[in-house]
Amino acid sequence: MTRERSLNREGIGRRRFLAQAGGVSALSGLPLLTVRAAEAAVLEKGTVRIGLTPVFLDDQMSFTARWREWFQEQLARPVAFVQRGNYREVVDLIRAGKIDFAWLCGYPYVRHQREMRLVAVPLWHGQPFYQSYLITDAHNPGIRALADLRGTVFAYSDPDSNSGYLYPQYALISAGINPATFFSRTFFTWSHRKVVEAVSIGLASGGAVDGYVWETLAEVRPDLAGATRIVEKSPFLGHPPFLARHSIPEDELRRFRSVLLGMKDDLQGRELLGRLRLDGFVEGHPGLYDGIVRMVERVHRP
Amino acid sequence: MTLFFDLSLRWKIPLRVMGAVLGTALAVTVALLARDYEDMRQNLDTHAKSIGRLLASTLVAPVLHDDLWRAFEILQLSREAHPAAPELQAEVMLVLDAERRVFVASRPRDFPIGARPQDLGGDLESLITAISWGEDVEQQVVEPSGSSLYFVVSPLTADGERLGQVVLGYAKSALLPRYFDLVRRVAAVTLLVLIVLLPISWLWARRTGAPLLALSEAMRQVPEDLEVARLAKLPRSRDEIGQLGDAFRRMVGELKNKQDLESQMLVSERLAALGRLSAGIAHEINNPLGGMLTAIKTYQRHGGADPMANQTLALLERGISQIRNTVAALLVETRTEDRDFSPADVEDLLILIEAEAHLRSVAITVASPLTSTVPLPATLLRQILLNLLLNAITAAGEGGHVRVGLSAEDGLLRLSVCNDGQHIPDERMPYLFEPFSSSREKGHGLGLWIVYQIVQQLKGGIFVESEPGCTTFSIEIFYVESV
Repeated sequence: MTRERSLNREGIGRRRFLAQAGGVSALSGLPLLTVRAAEAAVLEKGTVRIGLTPVFLDDQMSFTARWREWFQEQLARPVAFVQRGNYREVVDLIRAGKIDFAWLCGYPYVRHQREMRLVAVPLWHGQPFYQSYLITDAHNPGIRALADLRGTVFAYSDPDSNSGYLYPQYALISAGINPATFFSRTFFTWSHRKVVEAVSIGLASGGAVDGYVWETLAEVRPDLAGATRIVEKSPFLGHPPFLARHSIPEDELRRFRSVLLGMKDDLQGRELLGRLRLDGFVEGHPGLYDGIVRMVERVHRP
Repeated sequence: MTLFFDLSLRWKIPLRVMGAVLGTALAVTVALLARDYEDMRQNLDTHAKSIGRLLASTLVAPVLHDDLWRAFEILQLSREAHPAAPELQAEVMLVLDAERRVFVASRPRDFPIGARPQDLGGDLESLITAISWGEDVEQQVVEPSGSSLYFVVSPLTADGERLGQVVLGYAKSALLPRYFDLVRRVAAVTLLVLIVLLPISWLWARRTGAPLLALSEAMRQVPEDLEVARLAKLPRSRDEIGQLGDAFRRMVGELKNKQDLESQMLVSERLAALGRLSAGIAHEINNPLGGMLTAIKTYQRHGGADPMANQTLALLERGISQIRNTVAALLVETRTEDRDFSPADVEDLLILIEAEAHLRSVAITVASPLTSTVPLPATLLRQILLNLLLNAITAAGEGGHVRVGLSAEDGLLRLSVCNDGQHIPDERMPYLFEPFSSSREKGHGLGLWIVYQIVQQLKGGIFVESEPGCTTFSIEIFYVESV
């Protein structure tokens, strides 16, 4: 399913947008055309194109608009945010070199490590790590572990998400369970936030969600997160990093990295970090994602 | 019921009109409300069907791609479309897959994914049995009996392949709050209209009934008080009630005539009886009196010179003479041999009463086109005229006026004497012509009796009309004109 989301600066309500997307999706060809036009706009001279994914609460338009302005000021170049409906599209864009940078999950990074370069890793609670949460309906006290969810409906966030897909798969396989038959039904919501929604309204009995997103949501939307309960937490895993296309010029990479690392020292940057509930960025190293690498190996082993 | 039946038209007509107005208002209101309910239901159907069609076409892709979350979001979106019209809000929204299991539902807790609707019981169980599942069945409205919901079922079809069904369940009672609100408003408007209409129709109905009531009121006076009935204010319109009023007036008039005639006859009969009685008595008295007088006269002529006896006899003679005069006055007799009445007789009479009129300052005017003699006994007519004139002068009083009219045409003598003094009270009228019935202190009360007797003997008629300021005695006597 293709979604047009790029250059969407007017802040169209998410629901309304979904209605339009649902409406036009029936007409094949048209969405693709629109996407190409949007990409052409992004490829203007000197524009820095940054891909965003739902590894954070990317649907807060006022926030992303301010962040983009801040980047423009810091880089002294035009900046365009490129948002897509799922991780795969952003991954494809950066692999193809059509965007310069992207905030992506550790899972696609370890899978396509040779095609991307690590720029910086967020610090959350002072650490470059986060966890995957297994959540369930707050009104369902019977579920105490992942194994209790047998035969229920389960919500994943995105097939390319570490916390929202890879980890629960890994956990099940490690317990000797076949993830393909364990649940009666699974579905993707294409966003961590919506996993929380789906579980809170009872559409799914359980869901896998980015712990960082869940904790942030618990602060900004306590009603939503409060309707869910954490059943299990994964070990600490490398936080979704900022990545660059492999062909990025070295000076551009350094410039962008220094902007991110200097964010916590800038007044506006600190304010933006506060909204993101992050402490800052560190340079990081690929070794942070070894845990994910091991999980990928385990899950993809025949 | 009989209570209403016996009720006066004063109330019955307005009450019936009220009833008709209220009934009409009620009927119109009920008809309008029934139609409005149909309209609302029609609207809901149309709306539900179009939402169903829209959802069915929108949900094809998510169902085809097994994108459950997208399908759910689409359902949520359509739920939020009408916050202002809660009755247009579907109670249940279900997407059933090709196996008739729940693909996704708007209330996932009540309708879990993968569940079979018939296992969920309640309304859905009856729905599943009521739906026709044929491949060619288009959108259908299913209203399972006993269910509180009714369903709009729209097929999900991609390239002729049946992917499932979109089921929208609406509460049958959801229309009620809005409908009751409408009922309240319509009732308020009807009430307002009635507040204006009822007093107007009440007054109008009262006015319609008023002529009938007046007629009925007048009829109640018949036959006791014909005068009141005659003077009643009756409708003068040309409609049926007006005709009824006319007929009633005619009836009252004729009844009055009849009553007058009856009382006249009563008076005439009484007077005739009196006449016969007085004539009989007069005869019986006259005979001994004649003998007595003859005896007294004989004694006076041949008797002694006893002064005491002479004095006594003279007293007796005067007394007996007075009795005879009085009796003679009672017994009016026409003498056959008499001269005809001539205009000169009128002149004579005026001269005769001039002194009396002068004494009382009463003016007398005479309208007498009489030029020749009338073949009627002059003495009797003079007697009539004299009595009436004397009465009139007395009645006219100081400074009064008396008019005398005389005419003789076509064998009919008309004679009228009119004065402008006090009129004769109604209660005296029936006894007016009886002897000794005078209301006056002076006179013996035989004047009108004599007049009546004479007129009777001449086969004439006598009429009295007395109103304040004008009392007229009219006499009509037929005569045979001399060739």
